[in-house]
Amino acid sequence: MKKVLATLFLAASAGAWAQSTEIANPDPKVEARLKVIAHELRCLVCQNQTIADSDAPLAVDLRQQTRKMIAEGRSDDEIRSYMVERYGDFVLYKPPFNAATAFLWVAPGLLIVGGLAGLALMIRRRRDAMAAAAPAPAPDPARRKEIEALLAGDEDAKRG
Amino acid sequence: MAGESGGNAMKTLKYVVPLAIFGILCVFLAIGLTKDPRKVPSPFIDKPAPAFTLAKLHEPEATFSPEQMKGKVWMLNVWASWCVSCRVEHPVLNDMSRKGIVAIVGLNYKDQRADATKWLQQHGNPYLLSAWDIDGKVGIDYGVYGAPETFVIDKQGVIRYKHIGPISPQDVEKILLPLFAKLNA
Repeated sequence: MKKVLATLFLAASAGAWAQSTEIANPDPKVEARLKVIAHELRCLVCQNQTIADSDAPLAVDLRQQTRKMIAEGRSDDEIRSYMVERYGDFVLYKPPFNAATAFLWVAPGLLIVGGLAGLALMIRRRRDAMAAAAPAPAPDPARRKEIEALLAGDEDAKRG
Repeated sequence: MAGESGGNAMKTLKYVVPLAIFGILCVFLAIGLTKDPRKVPSPFIDKPAPAFTLAKLHEPEATFSPEQMKGKVWMLNVWASWCVSCRVEHPVLNDMSRKGIVAIVGLNYKDQRADATKWLQQHGNPYLLSAWDIDGKVGIDYGVYGAPETFVIDKQGVIRYKHIGPISPQDVEKILLPLFAKLNA
């Protein structure tokens, strides 16, 4: 556990260090917005890192480009679409909903609905089967009398 | 009995359905394994090549822009002296240039002028010219994320194909030659 924590801290501090030395006089406002946007954009060189985490030259360039666009007063959406125009939807960590990704987005919902429907069907079937297998016992007059007598005797015993 | 055979069918289904799902999953994963995750589909296919103006590598005072190639089928090849895979690809480009297959324009990506010219002297220069993209700005406009990358641009200045990674002789035979034939027709 300690090792894991230490690794995490190291990783976090390495990332912070990489960016703090990147430009001479970082504007805290720009850096704050950059941090948010850069965490949504994939670095295409090291594909499982965002451009905020990566030290690849391309990630550095894209951070620089993002800083420039923030300084120019562009909106987050404008910056995002700038990246998508050049690198495709793959650059976004959260893929947009379109024809190519529709299945990706809809599948979990379909699986849940399908699973619940299957479960409901199974439960109903099992209940019906149990009801069919165990019919209510037919009233047997002789047996009934015996039981009643027993019950009555019990009452007497209690009183006594 | 009807009820019994129905129960048997259910039992069989209980084993067959998960097995079938597992099989389908295996097929999808197997397809996934054969794909190269570095080959990201380019959003530029069938879009006009982004305009730019850059100084030429060998003539710093002259500039190049893609407009100058209008009316020709040409290749824009992203390369750099620091790029190891470019060395693998380079003999193929030299060969294409020698055979006069297509006009190749180089985009010298994030490279020092002296390093780049020296590299071409050592390895041969297949390029009609190279544009000098010192800060990688044009590279970003073309969605470049790793040299070498190659764009095939048609007579109207539209990008028709993007090759990521080194071009192999097989790629020339199977992909590029048929494409050039089609675009020149």
